[in-house]
This record gives sequence, structure tokens and C-alpha cells, in this order.
Amino acid sequence: MNSIITVKKKEAHKVRSILKQGYTHVFLLFLGLIWIIPSFGLFVTSWRSRAEIAASGWWTAFGRGKFTVSNYAEVFLAQGFFHNFINSIIITIPSVIFPILIAGFAAYAFECLRFKGGNALFLAIIALLVIPLQTTWVPVLRMYRFLNLSGSWLTIWLAHTAYGLPFAIFLLKNFFADIPKDLFSSAKIDGCSNLGILFRIVLPISTPAIASLGIFQFVWTWNDLMNALVFLADPKKYPLTVAIQNLLGQYGSEWNLLSAGAFIAMFIPLMVFFSLQRFFVKGITAGSIKG
Amino acid sequence: MIERKNNLYAWLYLLPALILIGGFFIYPVIQTFRLSLYSGLGFNPTRFVGLKNYFQLLTNDKLFVSWFPPSGALFNNVLWLLLYPLGVVGTGLIVAVLSDRVKYEPAIKAVIFLPVMISATAASVIFRFLFSPNPDIGALNAFLVKVIPNFQPVPWLGRASLVNFATIIAAVWIGTGLSMTILSAAYKSIDRGILEAAKIDGANGRQLFWKICLPMMANPISFVTVTAIIASLKVLALILVMTDGGPRGKSRVIAFTFYQEVFRNHYTGYGSAVAMLMLLLLFPLMLVQIKRLKKEKKR
Repeated sequence: MNSIITVKKKEAHKVRSILKQGYTHVFLLFLGLIWIIPSFGLFVTSWRSRAEIAASGWWTAFGRGKFTVSNYAEVFLAQGFFHNFINSIIITIPSVIFPILIAGFAAYAFECLRFKGGNALFLAIIALLVIPLQTTWVPVLRMYRFLNLSGSWLTIWLAHTAYGLPFAIFLLKNFFADIPKDLFSSAKIDGCSNLGILFRIVLPISTPAIASLGIFQFVWTWNDLMNALVFLADPKKYPLTVAIQNLLGQYGSEWNLLSAGAFIAMFIPLMVFFSLQRFFVKGITAGSIKG
Repeated sequence: MIERKNNLYAWLYLLPALILIGGFFIYPVIQTFRLSLYSGLGFNPTRFVGLKNYFQLLTNDKLFVSWFPPSGALFNNVLWLLLYPLGVVGTGLIVAVLSDRVKYEPAIKAVIFLPVMISATAASVIFRFLFSPNPDIGALNAFLVKVIPNFQPVPWLGRASLVNFATIIAAVWIGTGLSMTILSAAYKSIDRGILEAAKIDGANGRQLFWKICLPMMANPISFVTVTAIIASLKVLALILVMTDGGPRGKSRVIAFTFYQEVFRNHYTGYGSAVAMLMLLLLFPLMLVQIKRLKKEKKR
């Protein structure tokens, strides 16, 4: 009798936990759908002709089976996105390398050459993360004019480098902190200079941190719209983000062009995500939680 | 001796960073404050007006703020400040906890995280498309027309009462992946032994979540919340591309007002006052972040 009751209880418990699991699955799948549908719809649209897009919604496209690459061809060649793609690369590469190098030296000074006032200075630099870039743009532009830099690539490289520094210093210093200090003292005894320690020991050990920092800085400069709008005076230097904004202004409802343009801009960040997700996630969690 | 040598090297190594930070943060903020006291067209406003820009902004600029009934860019930003953190932290927390129980955890997390990689520009195109009032183009209206009888397609981005909610939803779609990642790592670092012990003592799932998991995740939750609040006060590119502040200025926020005044109307002094106001609002959050860092160091 007793045992039957317990069995029934156990079964009820099992049913309830399956039901509960069921809710979890339904909820997560529902959320996943909400998250994937917006980009998926635009992706499908980018492979449909203008006439097809006008005739029916993207969700009917699979039944009709008429797909084309002409949107990508037109955006890339006729709309000049190829040129903007190259510009995005020209803007991004130095904007990733400079801050890593400069922040590497700074983080080394903060973590490995403990000096008076270092902690306070470090906190002050981290506080800069909160400052809205809007408060800096106009004086920086005036400074560029004064230095006769307007119109050159240096304007955007320097801006991305400087604006990326607080986060870069923060991430690298946190990582350097975990390197055993004995390594330095023994290297020093062996006659290794500071420069030697930084480039032969600290930076090579920190490859994972540098990788995630590099990916961060890459994604943020590649995706940047505002700094490009503010600092690039020359339309010939516009990156993909600005090109898309201009396309929207000219052809606000030509979805065949807009969708293809958006996916050209998204292509590289998505590739980075799929191949280097590990580093990226590590970078996000590194500075944020400690206990 | 060694210490002095260390000091010398430290400052030498810090020099490039300090020059850039001085030139791109410290000096510009001081200059922007100075500019906010001047009036005139172009980048070199010369007429000193004291605090007049601020008075004008807070009492006589309906698009920036209208106190009663509350509307304008400032109050739109308040709406952002309330809903955006709620959206990204709430959804991020739910996904972090629920996905821990299922086998397809990496897949669902990747799907939620993907929009983080996309530029605000591309995301704006995606949502303009999704929200299109034409039910043959916009999936949202198409869906509602199918499901609800006699449903009239809604111009989500073209109606003043809806536009802010529509843009905030897009921002939550972009930002949830970031908070989810941090909260998930925090959730996984909770000691499973404690949870098991509580289970043995008869705690049910809800109690486990509210009484144990949530308090143990207090630090990361407050971190992602503060980060989200900061992001909501800085939002600009998404609105610029998605609505351009419209319809009739109804989706303007503080940063948008700055951009509009400085780069389109060329009222540099007036726009600088907007920027300083932004800095003022963000200042308490700066103190919160510093305090957190100091506390972490002590541990």
C-alpha cells in the first residue's frame, strides 16, 4: 500500500518535472525564434530580386524558389560597397594594433612596475570608460583642424586608438596581474631589461587576453558609425556602416539593396564570431565578475 | 634606487597612453564645458552667454524636454533608462538560468549572442525591415494580420506613441547576448554543493532561484545593470539610423539632440551644453563603477 503511494508520488513528480522541462524548452525555442527571425528574414530577402520582394513576403520565398545573387553584385559594384569594404579594412587594422601596443606598455607599468600613485591613476583611467564620447568630439575635431590633420586616415586611427585605451588597459592589466611575479624577478636577475620582459615574457604569455582584446577592438571599430561620421571628412574614405546609412537615405525602401548591403557589412564580424567565439566570451567575462 | 628607476620606466611606458588620454578625454571635456558657455554658429562660437544655453535647453526647448506633460528627448531617455536595462538583464538572466538545463545550450546562446556582433547600422536595417508597415514586407505586421482578424498594419516606427518602444526592443535584441554571457558565467560559478544541500533541506526550485542563486549573483547582476544603464544613456547610432529621431522628433534622446544641434544645426555651444548634461547624468554611475573596482581589489 505504502509502496504504491510512493511509486505514484514518484510518477507524479516525474510528470511534473517533464512538464516543467517542457515549459523550459518551449520558452527557449520561442525566444530563439524571436532572436533569429529578424536577421533571417533580411538574409533571405538579400537573395531575392526586387520584383520578387515586391510581390510577396520573404516567408513565402521557399515555395517560390527564385533566388539571385544580383543584389550583392549591384551593391558591391554599382553602389561601390567594394570600395567601402576596403575602407573598413584600412580603418580597422591600425585601430586594432595601436591600442593593444600602447595599452600593453601602460598595463605593464601599472602591474609590473608598481609605482607611487599607480593605483589612483589606474582607477582614473577606468573611470573614463563612462565618459560619453559626445563630450569629446568637437574639441578633438578642432584639434585636428589646428594640427592640419583633417581628411587624413590618422584622424580616425587616433580616435579609435584613444577611445579604446581605457578598456584595453583594464583588460590587459587584469590579465598581467595573474602572471606569477617570480617570473619577472628571475628574468631581471638574468639581466633581462623591462622591454625584454614585456616582449619576451609578458606579451607571449598573454596571447589569449590579447586575442580577445583584439577581437573586441576589431568588432567595435568595424561596426562603428558615429566616429566615422564625425571624423572622416572625405566621402571617399567612408566605411561600410556609413555607406549603409547613405543607402538608407537614398533608397529607404529598396530592400534588395539594403539587405545585401547589411549582410556585406555583417559578414566579417559573423565569421569572427563563428571562428573565435571562445576568445570573445572569455574577454567579456574576464573583467566583469570576480566572486 | 631601484624604485626610482622603476618610477622612471613606469612613466616612460605610460607616456603614449597618457598623451592620448589627455588629448582625447581630459582636454576635450574641459573644452566642451567652455564651449557650452558660448553661443554662435560653427565650431568657434565666440559670444559668451554664461549658463544661458542650459536654461534654454531645460526651459525652452520642447524637443529636448517638456516638463508637463513629460515628453521630449530627456524623458524618452528616461524611458530607455528604465526599459532597456530591465529588458537585457531580465532576458539575459532567464536565458542564462534556463539554458543551463538543456542540451542545446551552446546553440541557443549563440543565437542570442549573434546580434552583439552586428553593427547598430545593420541592426537598424534589420528592424526597419521587420517593422515595415507593408504586410508584404514587414514580418511583424504580416504575422499580426494573419493572427488577428481585421488587424490594420501598424507603422511601428512612424507612430509617436510606439516608436520609443520599437527602438528599445531593437536595442534589447542587440544587447541581451552580452548580459547573458556574463550572467551565465556567474550562474555556473555558483557552488553546486550549496544548491544540493538546500534541495535536501526541502527547498523547491523557486526558492532555490530567489533565495540562493539571485543573492549569490548580486554582484554580476548589479554590474550588468549599471553597464546597461550607461549604455541606455549613451544610445545614438541605433536611433540615428532607425528613425533619425522621428516621427516629428518623438524618438529623440539626449545624445541624438547633441548630434542634431552640433553637426546638423551647427549650434556648437548649445550642443556642448547637451553633452555636459549627459556627462552630469553619467557621473554618479562613474562613481559606482570605481567603488565596485576598489571593492574587488580588496577581496
